[in-house]
Amino acid sequence: MRSIKLAKILKLSRRIASSQWRGVFLGVCLTVCTVASARQVSADEPQNVDFSIAIKPLLSDRCFHCHGPDRNSEDAKENGLRLDIRNEAIQRAIEPGDSANSEILRRIMSDDPDEMMPPPRSTKPRLTKEQVAIFKRWIDEGAEYSEHWSFIPLKRPEYPEVGKASPQMNAVDTFVNRRLKAEGVEPLAEADRRTLIRRLSFDLTGLPPTPGEVDAFITDNDPHAYEKLVDRLLGTQHFGERLAVYWLDVVRYADTNGYHGDNNRHHVPYRDYVIEAFNGNIRFDQFVREQLAGDLLPDATNDQKIASGFNRLNQTTREGGAQPKEYTAIYAADRVRNTSEIFLGLSMGCCQCHDHKYDPLTQRDFYSFAAFFADLQETPVGIQAPVSLLSSSQKRRDDELNKMIAEAQQALAAPSVEIDQAQLQWEASLVESLTDTTWTVLRPTESKSREGALLTVQPDDSILASGENPEKDSYTLKINAEIKDVTALRLEVLPHGSLKARGPGRAEKGNFVLGACQLSVGDKPVAFQRATATYSQDQFPIENLIDDNSTTAWAIYPRIGTSHSAIISFTKPIGDGTMQTITITMPQDFGHHHTIGRFRLAFTTSKDAHAEHAVPQDIAEILAMTAEERSQAQQDQVRKYFRATAPSTAALRKRIDDATREKKVLAQQAQVLISQSMKEPRVVRILGRGNWQDDTGEIVQPAVPVSLGSIPLDGQQRLTRLDMANWLVSPSNPLTARVMVNRLWKLMLGRGLANNLGDFGAQGQPPTHPELLDWLADEFIESGWDIKHMMKLIAISDVYRRSSEATPSLLQRDPDNGLLAQQGRWRLDAEFVRDNALKISGLLSLRIGGSSVRPYQPAGYLANLNFPTRTWMQDAGESQYRRGLYTFWQRTFLHPSLAAFDAPSREECTVQRSVSNTPLQALVLLNDPTFVEAARELARRMITEGGNTDVDRLNFSFREALSREPTSDELLVLTSLVKKHREEFNANSAGASQFGKIGLRPAPLTIDAAELAAWTSAARAILNLHECITRE
Amino acid sequence: MNHLQHLENLVNRRTFLSRGGVGVGAAAFTAMLGNTTAAQAEQSQDSLGVVSPLHHAPKAKRVIYLCQAGGPSHLETFDYKPKLTEMSGKPMPESFTKGQPIAQLQNKALNCLGPQRTFKQYGESGQWISDVFPHMSKIADDMCIINSATTDQINHDPAHTLINTGSQISGRPSMGSWITYGLGQEGNNLPGFVVLTSVGGGQNQPIAARQWHSGFLPSRFQGVPFHSSGDPVLYVKRPSGVSIEQQADVINAIGDLNKLRAGISHDPEIATRIAQYELAARMQASVPELMNLSDESKATLDLYGTDGGDGSFASNCLLARRLAERGVRFIHLYHRGWDHHGGVKSGVANTAKLVDQGTAALITDLKQRDMLDDTLVIWGGEFGRTPMAQGDGRDHHIKGFSMWMAGGGIKGGMTYGATDEFGYNAVENPFHIRDLHATMLHLLGIDHERLSVRFQGLDARLTGVEPAHVVKDLLT
Repeated sequence: MRSIKLAKILKLSRRIASSQWRGVFLGVCLTVCTVASARQVSADEPQNVDFSIAIKPLLSDRCFHCHGPDRNSEDAKENGLRLDIRNEAIQRAIEPGDSANSEILRRIMSDDPDEMMPPPRSTKPRLTKEQVAIFKRWIDEGAEYSEHWSFIPLKRPEYPEVGKASPQMNAVDTFVNRRLKAEGVEPLAEADRRTLIRRLSFDLTGLPPTPGEVDAFITDNDPHAYEKLVDRLLGTQHFGERLAVYWLDVVRYADTNGYHGDNNRHHVPYRDYVIEAFNGNIRFDQFVREQLAGDLLPDATNDQKIASGFNRLNQTTREGGAQPKEYTAIYAADRVRNTSEIFLGLSMGCCQCHDHKYDPLTQRDFYSFAAFFADLQETPVGIQAPVSLLSSSQKRRDDELNKMIAEAQQALAAPSVEIDQAQLQWEASLVESLTDTTWTVLRPTESKSREGALLTVQPDDSILASGENPEKDSYTLKINAEIKDVTALRLEVLPHGSLKARGPGRAEKGNFVLGACQLSVGDKPVAFQRATATYSQDQFPIENLIDDNSTTAWAIYPRIGTSHSAIISFTKPIGDGTMQTITITMPQDFGHHHTIGRFRLAFTTSKDAHAEHAVPQDIAEILAMTAEERSQAQQDQVRKYFRATAPSTAALRKRIDDATREKKVLAQQAQVLISQSMKEPRVVRILGRGNWQDDTGEIVQPAVPVSLGSIPLDGQQRLTRLDMANWLVSPSNPLTARVMVNRLWKLMLGRGLANNLGDFGAQGQPPTHPELLDWLADEFIESGWDIKHMMKLIAISDVYRRSSEATPSLLQRDPDNGLLAQQGRWRLDAEFVRDNALKISGLLSLRIGGSSVRPYQPAGYLANLNFPTRTWMQDAGESQYRRGLYTFWQRTFLHPSLAAFDAPSREECTVQRSVSNTPLQALVLLNDPTFVEAARELARRMITEGGNTDVDRLNFSFREALSREPTSDELLVLTSLVKKHREEFNANSAGASQFGKIGLRPAPLTIDAAELAAWTSAARAILNLHECITRE
Repeated sequence: MNHLQHLENLVNRRTFLSRGGVGVGAAAFTAMLGNTTAAQAEQSQDSLGVVSPLHHAPKAKRVIYLCQAGGPSHLETFDYKPKLTEMSGKPMPESFTKGQPIAQLQNKALNCLGPQRTFKQYGESGQWISDVFPHMSKIADDMCIINSATTDQINHDPAHTLINTGSQISGRPSMGSWITYGLGQEGNNLPGFVVLTSVGGGQNQPIAARQWHSGFLPSRFQGVPFHSSGDPVLYVKRPSGVSIEQQADVINAIGDLNKLRAGISHDPEIATRIAQYELAARMQASVPELMNLSDESKATLDLYGTDGGDGSFASNCLLARRLAERGVRFIHLYHRGWDHHGGVKSGVANTAKLVDQGTAALITDLKQRDMLDDTLVIWGGEFGRTPMAQGDGRDHHIKGFSMWMAGGGIKGGMTYGATDEFGYNAVENPFHIRDLHATMLHLLGIDHERLSVRFQGLDARLTGVEPAHVVKDLLT
């Protein structure tokens, strides 16, 4: 039987392969339709038809476009009939209790193109027989309307008892089992422990369990073993990361602007806030408040202000020619569209141009909601200005670093005979080489400016530029001298009262930019060895003078108004004692008058020509004095300098340097976009048809959608974002809690109780278990909006623990699992596909938070970006192996391995990722260096940790990757692969070594390259397995 | 139904949606299901996509869209305005510009700039084309030039998003995704929607992946960018040091192990996974074969004016033909180089030089292979440029601009629509980009009103909610 089945599947897979790119959804549609309608008939047979669940969706989908809440549409004006309001419907279309005399049913059933509903021109499908039957029954039962299911105020449903099926029975199971019993469906049994720990680990942390964790759980005899496991996982710091992966999709978190040049911006502290919030189990109501209005909370903490960066996550533009007014309107609409979907599960975005077609939301509601955000400071077109704000954890670290620096500095300054002795020796040797080096000043016989500046030789043989002050210049000096064994040239640049800012340059701020200092003796150019200077400006190092490229240059800003020197030594001494003509050329082509104002040239024959640059000029000057001549301050200065450079203090100094560097990184990371209120909020008008140029619309004040209630002003002038947030999480708001628990349920079961996570309006899908959804929502509020409590409640239920291994009869009965007789099964989310492979290989970094990172990415992937052009600089070291959620989220070009596994671009709120299964995914797992390197590391572990036989090693890898032992058939496949590749790589050592070089982690030298390559092949196969990337 | 039959059905039905975790809201497809059922009664045109049968007999099987990104000036290419020569240097009448959207010329003096190129009539049809297109002018009788195109977005990024997805809001499927979704894919070794980009001749405006994104449609309908350097398709190249045969060994081992697992598990996704690896394996062969131009004759290479492999527009045109031959449904080329805010005279000529020969060669080549009849070729940018001067260049303009179509059921040798004498407003037969979408879908056998997916409560369509027209005048 089994072999027949396998053959059948294989045949099928070929057929699918040949039709891979085409759509295959029709089956699903059918399924959903039948489940939805069948449920109403069979599940609640004795009860009346539920308007909200069975009738409203039909009315909405087929009728409301013309007969719904949008009173202003052309269709509505034409006929005026509204079916969303019972009083109007029963006057013209519905005869309660008498379907035979109801116009609506006649129209629905009519075949006359002029009469039938929906009309042919609408392209809406007609009602099916079953749907007509339900409709008819509903009318005959009195055509009662009820409020839309998600708008009905929350009431904790009765807690029905259906006997004790298992000791862990809780409310969740009671509701689910009642329905199963009514349907006569037998649920699946509990999954085995191996499956359970894998499932829980993926669902609560996004990571696979280690073999040790699996063994410990399987052998744990404690009756509370399962619950202990749930608690342990909820307590790990990875729980916050796991939920953040979801929440960041919802709120559209990214590291770039999204529009046009898609430039970087810094929201990392917000991302880390989200992780910490989930880990700290923040109350969800507070979480909502802090994100929408953290800045408005009394005595707002830095963390709360960072949380308010939520309002700045929208896409923004810097495109030249974009009109500020238009983009202000775009950002306002973005916030309404996304905020309403994020918290309310409503598609308010529809009302930007017209009243909602299906839900009781108006255009006025849309713009009134937008007015809540009209206080936000932002840049309509251009760079969004960040503020500097350390989060509490950053502040803690910053304090630690300050302490470390202070301690190290103290140690550095502490008295030490040893160091003082070393200083004396150092001073003596330095003074010796300084006195050995004498300089002969050169007096030019000719000094010329290319652009006509006047160069005059001063009494001290320095050369002063005056007169014409050209943008760019080049000086040429000729010197006739008898030289012998000259080793170096010194160029002094000197201040002068005639120069701007006293020089030594001629530019506005006293700077100059010198491209080169070419020297020739006769017509033979002299080759340079080394250049040093008293000081070099950032980006203008002295080495530029001798790099054969006069567009790179030396400059000295901001140390202007004082003298500096450059010393250039030669590769070999020049001059044989005869008279020579020496030419020195000094190109200065930077522009903006960056030429030298006063300078002097000198030669030396010293072998230690750079001695005076061995220490900074001020130190050199002090060292030139005797100890007695120096002041106390000067003595201290030398002492401090020595201690800051001596080898014996290197460790201390490194500590200071490292801490200082980390402080700098922290300061950069603390640049963050947050919400800040303007005194005068922007004026918000209703925009006719959404047209931003229309200034005729009525001005509106902040308000929530009228159909959902209102917020009293309570003496305030104007409602704020905080008022809105408080309204969202007030226990009387029927949507927020329902929407959130439904999403938590989805994370644990693979589908929502209401299957459309983003639309709780009329066009969404009513819940399969309305009472359970309401009970969960109520429990959520009652528990103090406790997310971990809800996750645990779901995790310990029987429903959650069921097998996901469907039986054929169950698949036939309920293919969409609407009855919850089984668990869901799905491919891991994109980030977890990565995390899983890195964890199994041992490469994964488990550090939480911090800067976004850049994993390997194909070259040129960002080639279509511009302003500026972009190069992806992959990270090195630990940063290369971080969890997927820390990947730099480039909205326009999301990392291709994440994109291949359906991670969204996060331009808009995503409450539900699609789950696809494509050849590109296969290519990523097969060929992306991340996965090849992970396979090689797993191979290394198989060889070093797995044992000596092939079978031992494969057993090891299966336990690591799949938490189970391989079957004998599986062993056969892999041992033959290893055997074949071992032989081949042995014969092709070049191939083996190339293969071993993929990725930054060096291949271990102690393992034979061919052996490692062969095992890497096996590891690749394992990491590519469907089972390996599937949460069962 | 016995066990195996059931499983077979299950595999068919569930190749995309995973168990439990339903991807796109399943109800999204109910409307479409109804449409298809209704259509079945009228027609029987089978397709491999969700629109099966097709809504009516198609004229075209595939689309090659030659996007001229940056906004080519209609006034220096296809829309000849002698009156503007007269007005050059004089103020643009305020009646045109008052209250109209404007980009970089905000708060600047608005003076006319006369046409910077010379125009002549070409072909038997006598179409007006400027001197920047010596090659294209030879295919004038194949082209249907539209001089009355309009759009709603005046900046590059949103204008591209609009013309590609029908909406300025991110997250909607691009036209290539809609079409691949609707019609499916002919071959099975390559993706159904391929994107190729090139640059040169002007400021290179960025292009986001959103332009070929599948939005709320399944991600396998996303455009797949092909690159002329590095891996032609991301990750298609096997790891270095691994031979073709060894790569196949690994893929076979994965297949064997997955099949063993399928033997003990009822998870139908495994079967799909197995199929994807087989397809991936074929792609690793078919993509290099596609990119290898050694089987092209010298005459063909000369026709395009390229030896290929250089990432040029001409080389991409040649690849477009090869992709079309292999059953790719939607081939989208972008040439990023038409943003001529300054120096429009030489700028347009420079960019034109990079795209002219390749474009004309593609039409000629398709024709000589009898493929032009069922291949719709579209040439145009995201908007046009102002009759008003921006220095010696032109700013963005959306009220009237030019594009052209050829092949696949389009009447060649005709000019459709016209702008006013300044080239500002489309005054005769305005052709909104929604009309382009509707007409394109029509040629492919799809009624644009009936290809929809439920998204955020609406039956979302490429053509959106505003009226869109199939422009019958353009059709053969």
